[in-house]
Amino acid sequence: MKTNSFQPSRQFAWLAVIAILLALAPNAQAHILPDEGGGFKAGFHHPWSGLDHICAMVAVGLWGAQLGGRAMWLLPVVFPLVMSVGGFFGLIGVPLPGQEIGIALSALLLGTMVCLEVKPKNLVWPAILVGVFGFYHGHAHGVELPPGESGLLYSIGFVLATGTLHACGITIGLVHRWAAGKIVLRVAGAAIAACGIYFLWVALHPETNESAPVKAKVSAIAPANLWQNA
Amino acid sequence: MLERIYKRAILAAACAIIFLCPARADAHLVTTGLGPVYDGIGHFFLSPGDALSALALALLAGLRGTAAGRRALFILPVAWFAGGLFGLAATGWASPPEEIVGALSLLLLGIFIATDIALPEVVVAVLAALIGGTFGFFNGLGMREAGAGIGVLQLLGVAVTLFALVALASALAVTAKPMWARTVVRVVGSWIGSSGLLWTGWVLHSLK
Repeated sequence: MKTNSFQPSRQFAWLAVIAILLALAPNAQAHILPDEGGGFKAGFHHPWSGLDHICAMVAVGLWGAQLGGRAMWLLPVVFPLVMSVGGFFGLIGVPLPGQEIGIALSALLLGTMVCLEVKPKNLVWPAILVGVFGFYHGHAHGVELPPGESGLLYSIGFVLATGTLHACGITIGLVHRWAAGKIVLRVAGAAIAACGIYFLWVALHPETNESAPVKAKVSAIAPANLWQNA
Repeated sequence: MLERIYKRAILAAACAIIFLCPARADAHLVTTGLGPVYDGIGHFFLSPGDALSALALALLAGLRGTAAGRRALFILPVAWFAGGLFGLAATGWASPPEEIVGALSLLLLGIFIATDIALPEVVVAVLAALIGGTFGFFNGLGMREAGAGIGVLQLLGVAVTLFALVALASALAVTAKPMWARTVVRVVGSWIGSSGLLWTGWVLHSLK
């Protein structure tokens, strides 16, 4: 009798080890020039710089893994592509009203989709939803670009980081094949949606945003070039 | 058994001796250079825009099949070399539109790869000639401006590296027969296109 060669525990152990090593890896600061390696570093760092971006991008991966099949790669492809369109408009100075609200809604709605395990028969609607939110995220990144970096390396780092976040979401979403994993995913979706509610509340009440003073306090004690590169 | 241990002991001793007697690594060759051919070979390690465009074209050619890959393998380096020669001889190009051409190339090639559009082999060949000629021309202009004086040898190094890069990348794409492997190439293409679009926006932003 043919046995199934798939060994989930071993594969996930390896994935977990790799993920931990990647998460703990310090910067390899081998002769980073301000206009070259610095651009890649800044671009790669940018999508990780806000919890709202992380939540939405991981949620895209989780939802793709839940939907399975073509959706697993379609959604993570649509998001960076449309995000780069948003980034393009942000870079050339086209304004986008309600940017922060759109980003908050992305975490809320995508988290809700994961929580409720919504599975539309047609992939057009998930792609449109993900694309619209990708545009908002891209626009936010486009208008916040740091000056004096290498444009190409910044862009490559930025897209790679986005793809990595999606890959994290898809990898976590692979637990969907187990009954307990399905529940874990739905709980994760609920947590992302809860974060989205908080982001929405902050976006609607900008005067209560507490992250700005924290950042100002850190920048006051950090070397000036740390914030230029990060 | 003893023979194996003996061999391993000799290998370990040899490694220890090598590690104990390291030669100095002259890593900072900014001023001395590596010689023209090796400078040309190293060009793609220092010019990610050129490397990414060549990689994108190689992937596109590989996706379109073996014949298209073979054509690109020869056309791209030859066109790059020929364009470089024109660049070395050209005058009156104070500020060539290098960045915007690079960004739009990445965008176009990335879209072609991501959509897996069935381009005819002739179109892929024309794209290889255009991109090779244009990027080579900009390389030639840069070498002339830098006053290297031995640009032909540098271009030779560039062309040789390009041949190797295209051969590896297009072969990889040609062998991507299973659906998942082809999908991976298309995802890479979408990332290349996204980078190209962001870079285009960046260039336009810088022009303001």
